[in-house]
Amino acid sequence: MSHNAIQDRPPVTTTTAVKHDPLRHARLPRWTPFAVAVGSITAAVGLGLAAGWHSRIQWGLVAATFFVLATYVITTKVEGSRQAKDRVATSLVWVCFILAVVPLLSLAWVTISKGLEVLDPYFLTHSMNGVLDAEAGGGVYHALLGTIEQVGIATLIAAPIGLLTAVYLVEYGGGKLSQAVTFFVDVMTGIPSIVAGLFILATWNLMLGFGPSGFAGAMALAILMMPVVVRSTEEMLKLVPNELREASLALGIPKWRTILKVVLPTAIGGITTGVMLAVARITGETAPVLLLVFGTKLINPNPFEGAQSSLPLYVYEQYAVGTDAAVARAWAAALVLIAFVMILNLVARGIARWKAPKTGR
Amino acid sequence: MVTTTPPIRNSRRAEGASRPGDKVFLGLSRGSGITLLVIMAAIAVFLTYRAVLAISQDSTNFLTTSEWNPAGQPPVFGIAVLAFGTVVSSIIAMVIAVPVAIGIALFISHYAPRKLAKPLAYVVDLLAAVPSIIYGLWGAIFLVPYLGGLNKWLDDYMGWTYIFDKSSDGVARSLFTVGILLAIMILPIITNVTREVFLQVPKMHEEAALALGATRWEVIRMSVLPFGRSGIISASMLGLGRALGETMAVAVVLSPSFVISGHLLDPGGGTFAQNIAAKFNEANEFGRDALIASGLVLFVITLLVNGAARWIIGRRKEYSGAAA
Amino acid sequence: MAKRIDVSGLSAYYGAHKAIDDISMTVEPRSVTAFIGPSGCGKSTFLRTLNRMHEVTPGGRVEGKVMLDDENLYGSHVDPVAVRRTVGMVFQRPNPFPTMSIFDNVAAGLRLNGKYKKSQLSEIVERSLKGANLWNEVKDRLNKPGSGLSGGQQQRLCIARAIAVEPDVLLMDEPCSALDPISTLAIEDLIGELKERFTIVIVTHNMQQAARVSDRTAFFNLAAVGQPGKLIELDDTERIFSNPSVQATEDYISGRFG
Repeated sequence: MSHNAIQDRPPVTTTTAVKHDPLRHARLPRWTPFAVAVGSITAAVGLGLAAGWHSRIQWGLVAATFFVLATYVITTKVEGSRQAKDRVATSLVWVCFILAVVPLLSLAWVTISKGLEVLDPYFLTHSMNGVLDAEAGGGVYHALLGTIEQVGIATLIAAPIGLLTAVYLVEYGGGKLSQAVTFFVDVMTGIPSIVAGLFILATWNLMLGFGPSGFAGAMALAILMMPVVVRSTEEMLKLVPNELREASLALGIPKWRTILKVVLPTAIGGITTGVMLAVARITGETAPVLLLVFGTKLINPNPFEGAQSSLPLYVYEQYAVGTDAAVARAWAAALVLIAFVMILNLVARGIARWKAPKTGR
Repeated sequence: MVTTTPPIRNSRRAEGASRPGDKVFLGLSRGSGITLLVIMAAIAVFLTYRAVLAISQDSTNFLTTSEWNPAGQPPVFGIAVLAFGTVVSSIIAMVIAVPVAIGIALFISHYAPRKLAKPLAYVVDLLAAVPSIIYGLWGAIFLVPYLGGLNKWLDDYMGWTYIFDKSSDGVARSLFTVGILLAIMILPIITNVTREVFLQVPKMHEEAALALGATRWEVIRMSVLPFGRSGIISASMLGLGRALGETMAVAVVLSPSFVISGHLLDPGGGTFAQNIAAKFNEANEFGRDALIASGLVLFVITLLVNGAARWIIGRRKEYSGAAA
Repeated sequence: MAKRIDVSGLSAYYGAHKAIDDISMTVEPRSVTAFIGPSGCGKSTFLRTLNRMHEVTPGGRVEGKVMLDDENLYGSHVDPVAVRRTVGMVFQRPNPFPTMSIFDNVAAGLRLNGKYKKSQLSEIVERSLKGANLWNEVKDRLNKPGSGLSGGQQQRLCIARAIAVEPDVLLMDEPCSALDPISTLAIEDLIGELKERFTIVIVTHNMQQAARVSDRTAFFNLAAVGQPGKLIELDDTERIFSNPSVQATEDYISGRFG
C-alpha cells in the first residue's frame, strides 16, 4: 500500500497552495480513554492517600485534572493538535457530566436512605402536638394537610387567571394590552419567591392587619404560579393549528364556543401538564410560607384562620431545631416532599406524552 | 420556541362584540390579563411604599451601611453586606454552573450514547423540580463537612490569592460553600434550556461543518455554539435569577454575620433573601418594613438581570440563524 | 487533484434496515457522474458513503470498500475527518454558516486544516469565489453575513466553501432542488467548469439535468418499498438516455414509473 499519492500531491497551479493532511495518520486505540481514566484515578487516589487528603471531592477533582491533561499530552504526541483538542473537549464534557451527577446522586441517595429511617404510617398520620424537640416520634400530618390546602387554594386562584390570560394572549392578542401583559408575565416569572411573600406580608398582614394563615401563604404561592401557567398554556394554545379554529368559525360557531369546545379540548393535555408542573414547583416553596403561614406543631385544618404548617417549612423548622431526632424528622419530611413533587412531575409528564397534540414537535 | 400558528388578529371586532357569550368570555379573559398587570403594579407600589416608610426612619445610609439593627434607637440598617454576599455567591455559582451546564447539555445533545441521553435528559428535567429546601438540607448536612477538606487545601495552596485565604477556623458555612450549593441547584435549569437550544441546531449546519472535515469539537464550535449563544445567555440569566433570589438553601447553609470579607472561605456574610428569612421572626413591624426595603432592592436587581437577558436575546435574534 | 473512485461490494444500513445493497462501480476522474432513480432508492445514501457522512447518522453503518485511487476510505487507519476534507460535499439546501460572514464561510474549511496568513486566505477565498462564479456579486460585501444572499448565491457560496480546500472529489446532493430555474442554470454552468478540476458526483431528481450536465449516469432502483436500493446500470449518459441496456431504466426515463 502506498499512500504517497495522497501526501505528495503535485503543487496546485495557483500561487498559494492549500495544505493537505494525509488520509491516514496514527490513531490511538479505542481503549485509550479508559486506560487514561484508570491511570488518572489510580494516581489521584495514590496521591490522596500519600498526602492524607480527607476530602473525596479533592480526589475526584485531581483525578479529573490528571485525566484531561494526560489525554491532551498523549493525543498531541500521537494524533496531532486538532485531534487533541477534540479529545480534550470530549473528556471535559464527560468530566462535567460526572462532576454534576455525583452531587445529584448523593442528594437523591441521602434523602431516600435517611428519610426511610423515620418514615412510616405513624409519621404520616400524626402531628407534632406535644412532641419535644429532642424526642423521637411525632409526624408530618399537620404539615401535609397544610401543604395540600395551601397549594390547593393557590391553584384555585392561579389556574383560572393564568389560563384565561393565556387564552386572551393567544386568541384575542395583538393589541397594546396583550403586549404589556406578555412583558409583565416575563417579569413576573423572575420574581424571587421571598419577594412575593413580602408583598403579601406588606398588604395583607401589615396594612390590612390579618394574622398569619394558610390563605396568606396561598396568595403568595398563587403569584408565583400564575406566570408559569400563562407561559405553558400559551405554548400549548399556539400549537393548536389555525385550520381547526377556522373550520369551527366557518360553521358559524361563535368564537367563545370555538375556544371552549375546539381549542381548549385540543390543548387540554398540555395545559394539564403545565398546571401540574406549576403546582409541583410551588409545593416546594418555603420562603413565602415561612413569612406568611408561620408554622405550628398542631393540626389546623382551617386555612383562613391561624398559623398552619407545610412540608417545606416543617423540614426547615426541624433542621433548625438541630437535635438528632429532629434532623431525622427533617429528612423524612424531605422524602415525603420530594415524593410528592416527583409524583406530580411524573404524572404530568405522563399526561403530556399520552395526550400530546399531533402537531407537537 | 414553537410558534406554528400566529394569533388570529383583528378578529375581535369582526365577530366579538355582537353575541353576549363572546362579550362575557372576552371580558373574562381580558380581565384576567388586567388582573396580572394590577398584581405586578401592586407589588411594585406596596413594596416601595413600605420600603420608603422604613428608609425614611433609617439613621444611616441605607445603601452603604453594613449593619442591621432596625430595632435600635435610632434605627440603623443597610444593605451593603447583603448586596455583597448576594452578588458574590451568585457569581461563584455562575462561574461554576454555566460551563458545567453547557458541558452536560452538550453531553446529552451530542456526546452521550443515545440510550443514555434520553433518560438522562429526563432525570435532569426532574432534578430541576427538586425543592430548594432539600438542596439546603443536603448542603448543610453533607456538603459542608465534605467541603472542609477542599477549603483547607485551597487555603494551603491558593491562600496567596487572598480570596482563598481562610483567616478563621470553623466549618465551611461560607459564601464559597453557598456559591457551590447554588451552582448545583441552578445546574439542572441551565442545562435544560441549553440542551433544548442545542437540539434545535439545524442538522444542515452541523453537516456543513462535518463535510468540510471538522472534528466533533470543531462542529460544535462552528455551528452548535454560535447558534446556541443567545440560548445559553438566556439560560444563564434564568439561573442567575434563581441564584440571586434563593432563600432557604442559603439560610440553612450560611452562618451569617454582618461583615464584608473578601476571604470567601470564612464563615459569614449574608444575602438579601437569607437575611429576610433569618431576621423575620424576631422583627417587629418596623423591622419587617426594613426587611421589605431590602426585598425591594432584590426585586429591582432581579428585574434588571431579567431585562438584560431579554435585551440580549432580542438583539441577537437576527443573527441566530433561525431565518437562514 | 481529481481522483478515481472505485467502489466494490458496498452496502449501507440504518440500524437493522439495509438501505443499499452490494454496489460496485467506478467513477472516472475529471468527469460528472449523475445518480438518478426513484425516491428511496438509496442514491443519496450511497453518495454519503463516499465521504463517510453516512456513519454520522445514528445507526448508520457501511460494509464494503471505497477506493480513492489506491487508498480505501474505509481502511482501518483512515481518519473519517480527513476523508471528508478530501471529498467535499454540497447539500440539497444551501447551508452557509449563519453567524459567519461570506469571507469566513469560504475560509472556514481552510482555518480548520492549517494556518494561513491573512493575505494567503484572501487569495484563496477570492480564487474559490471566482471558481464558483460568485466573486463579482459579493466582492464588495465579503464581511456581510452569508445568510443575506439569495438561495442560488448561497448555494454557490457553499460550492466555493467546498472547493476552497481543494478536495479530490466533489459530491453534490440534489444541489438545485431548492433553487429557481435561473439559479439552477448558473449552478449547472458552474458544474461544467468545475469538472475540469474535480471528480464530480451529483444526485438529481431531474432527468433533464442529468442529461445536461453529466458524462456518465447511474440508475438506482429498489424492488419494493422497504427493500434495499440497488445499482441497475451505469453507462455513458448518452447511452442511458437513448438506448439503455436494462428495461427498468428505459421505463424510468420514459416516465413509465417513478
